[in-house]
This record gives sequence, structure tokens and C-alpha cells, in this order.
Amino acid sequence: MTEPEQDSYQDGNALAGPLREIFAVDVTAALGQCVHCGLSGPIASLRVYGPGPGMVARCPGCEEVVLRLVRGPDSAWLDMRGTVNLRIPLPG
Amino acid sequence: MGFISRGFRGRPRDEGVKLPPGQYLVHDFPVLSAGPTPRVPLDRWEFAIDTEDGKTHRWSWQELMALPSETPTVDLHCVTKWSKLGTAWKGVSLDTLFADVESSAEYALVYSYGGYTTNLPVEDLLDGKAWITYEFDGEELAPAHGGPARLLVPHLYLWKSAKWVQGIRLLNEDWPGFWETAGYHNYGDPWREQRYQGD
Ligand SMILES: [Zn+2]
Repeated sequence: MTEPEQDSYQDGNALAGPLREIFAVDVTAALGQCVHCGLSGPIASLRVYGPGPGMVARCPGCEEVVLRLVRGPDSAWLDMRGTVNLRIPLPG
Repeated sequence: MGFISRGFRGRPRDEGVKLPPGQYLVHDFPVLSAGPTPRVPLDRWEFAIDTEDGKTHRWSWQELMALPSETPTVDLHCVTKWSKLGTAWKGVSLDTLFADVESSAEYALVYSYGGYTTNLPVEDLLDGKAWITYEFDGEELAPAHGGPARLLVPHLYLWKSAKWVQGIRLLNEDWPGFWETAGYHNYGDPWREQRYQGD
């Protein structure tokens, strides 16, 4: 069997569509902080694996899981235990 | 009018195949990933069974290779709806690995190199239902498919067959794993279509 040279993932902009279904704001512009290593950065900077069985967004600093999103037929599950908080820019 | 083509009818072996509800047949072997592929050198690889009493049974790669192996041919059903039939594996039955393990725990949490986990009842690992596999289709198991060694529990959805398996922790209470804490079903029987929580 052959195997890929490099693991394939997308950047966090891949979360824009699926998260727009849940949040009224574009969360990919929000700043998140990784629970595991403390790195802060926009959600768009995460490394996103998936989409199946779910989207797994990992910290570019430590590769730990920051956010997970599973979309079932009539529910979505969003797990954000890997983020300390999200700072969401809003109109002043 | 010309004749009506009957079209391509699929490979002969596809005919009369019964799949679990909602599944379709594939002939390739899709790779789904939730993170970077761990690379574990065989001289540092080990597999462990940790009992509820805090006792740990360990096997090095050489010790695993020295155990009697089996060559199960099984059907795989992924929760993302593809099924692959008649896959050929080589590995060690969990019955062999559990032979000297004293435990009355009902629950198992399987953990992997790279941090993945998945939970299932201990009884689903025993009686010829599960293996620690290290060959697929006559070749060593590629890292993309879970090599050097992968749990194989083919009667449950494939996310329970943890890639890069490192150990099994026996527990007195159920401890949901990676996908089981993110919306997927706690047990995952494909024939009852237990995909998501509440199915
Ligand atoms: Zn981090």
C-alpha cells in the first residue's frame, strides 16, 4: 500500500460554512486560545482534519484538538473543550 | 429507436450482497483522518492492557509477533456510509491477549498513539470478535490504515477499530471515547444503524 507523503488537512477557513449554520457571526475570524499550549490565533489558522466522521480542528502549535464539529442529519455537535475562550469581533 | 443499453451492472461479486441499512459498497479503502498520522518505531512500540485494579500487561512488538496469529476475512462498515467486503487481515485475537488478564470490568477504553480513544463493552472484544492486526491484504499494515497495529472489531462501525492502537484500559464504568463524546453513538452497531447519539 502507498501512503501520502504528508498528512492532509485544510486551514480553519474550512470551518466557515459548517459554523455559519450554527453561529450568526463568522467564527473563523474570532481569536481562540489553545487549552493545551496557550497559543492564541484566529480560528482560521487551525488545522482542520475531516470532514468525515467529523471536522477536527487542531492547534498549529501543539497539534492537540481545539474544536470538533459533527454534523448529523438533524443535529450538530460542537465540542470546544480545547479552547480557553473565543474572542469574537463585534461592531462597536 | 436503438436498443436500450443495460449499462454497467457492477462486478459479479456485488450481486446479492446484503449491506447494513444506509451503506453503499466501495472497492477501494478510503482513509479518514482526525489528525496527523503517528509514526511509531517498532523498537519503541508496545501494547498494554490495564486492568481496573491498576495492573498492566505489556507486549513488545517481538512479543506480539511471537503469539499465535489468525487471518480473519471480514466486512468493514464505516459510519460515513461506505462498506468494504471480504477484507483480509492478520493479527492476534484479543482472546489470546486476555488469556492471563484477571478482570471483572465490563467496559473498555481503547487508546491509541496520537491520542485517539474509543469505548466498547469488554464482551465485544472477546469470543473471536476482535483482533490486534498488523497485516492487511498480505502486507504490513500501512500507517495511513493504522499501522503498525490496529484494533479490528468488524461487527461495530469502523471508528471502533482504533488505528495505531496502544492499549486497552479496563474500567468499571463506561468512559466515552473521541467520537462518542462528539455526537456519535456509544455502541455503533451498523445493522441497527446506530450512527449518532439517540439512534
Ligand atoms: Zn496548542
